[in-house]
Amino acid sequence: MRRYAQDVVALTRKDLLLELRARDTLPAMLLFVAAALVVFHFALPGDSSELAAKGLLWVALVFTALLGLVRAFAAEREQGLLDGLVLAPCDRSAIWLAKALAMLAFLVLAEVVALPLYSLFYSGVGWETIAGVALADVGICAVGTLLAAMAAASRARELMLPLLFLPLAVPIVIGGVGASVGPSGGRYLGLLAVYDAIFAIISWASFEYVVTE
Amino acid sequence: MIRARGLSKRFGSKRVLERLDFELPDGGFLVVTGPNGSGKTTLLRLCAGLLAPTSGELEIANDRGRLGFLAHEPLLYRELTALENLDLYGRLYRLPERRERIGMLLERFGLWRVRNERAGSFSRGMLQRLALCRALLHEPELLILDEPFNALDVEGAELLADQLEELRPRRTFLVATHDPARLSGLASARLALA
Repeated sequence: MRRYAQDVVALTRKDLLLELRARDTLPAMLLFVAAALVVFHFALPGDSSELAAKGLLWVALVFTALLGLVRAFAAEREQGLLDGLVLAPCDRSAIWLAKALAMLAFLVLAEVVALPLYSLFYSGVGWETIAGVALADVGICAVGTLLAAMAAASRARELMLPLLFLPLAVPIVIGGVGASVGPSGGRYLGLLAVYDAIFAIISWASFEYVVTE
Repeated sequence: MIRARGLSKRFGSKRVLERLDFELPDGGFLVVTGPNGSGKTTLLRLCAGLLAPTSGELEIANDRGRLGFLAHEPLLYRELTALENLDLYGRLYRLPERRERIGMLLERFGLWRVRNERAGSFSRGMLQRLALCRALLHEPELLILDEPFNALDVEGAELLADQLEELRPRRTFLVATHDPARLSGLASARLALA
């Protein structure tokens, strides 16, 4: 278990360092989420409800995550590096977990910008929304990283990932919007927690089969 | 030890390897030759466990932690320095004296001076030297090398030849090359793919 944790730390550190040097993913996510919220602000009629605005916040967050996920395995794909990682004697699920953690860090940073911007343009963000976003992030990164690895192996990867990811993100959007606007937010947070647990286990267990022929 | 019986590999309808039989005993040095597209790289990737055979048997006695693989691509992160790349692999291979081993290899392959430079700034020959350091880092029992002399200058090629000669008595080698004459003194067997 200690060795597994050490592998995950080494791989996560590598992914964060790569982003720090290349700055390929995070700036794009930040710009996208800010631009989306500005566009929605002008697209929504002046008298539109808070419910509609909350829905658009979740649309912006899911597509921001998708933007990051498309780049998740870019370095490995472009330089054939997955072979090097797969040959190492570490558990292959450590590669998935490290990528998911790095992706989680990028997504949280994008939300640190997005949520105050949302408060500025629309309305305040309650604790239910923040809890919903935190739980949704875990699910998005768990499922999204697995699907990004699958898409990275295909030729039409930019097309494949949204096609695979968006249907699986529907429960996240339902749970997130429900937690943000519904009278029984706790139930929706429970839904997100169950989603996270189920899909994290499935992704963790199946990653090995995705990266080997 | 590697043993192949009736080994075949297809990609879709394209046959790359067809009913291949060979055996590489421990301590052996098998040189694989053949024209472009004859399946040398595919055979090496099969033996490294990166591909699964379409049919036939492939038995590899060494586990993946004891295997060193030099591919066409250097398998190095271009945004990381030479030292950071080797340190990452050293951690994943759980080397007990990682820093010493990395330092020794970088010295040997003439890369110590550029250890803190990003791999992306290296020439093709320097990348090949660094890739060799990566493949040799964990002192593997089985070395699978795909065109190891590719892109190396005269000095780099001599360094590699010396390294192979030094390791030859204690390791098993599977090497694909277009230039088998360079390895004629080391090879124990040759496999020509058509």
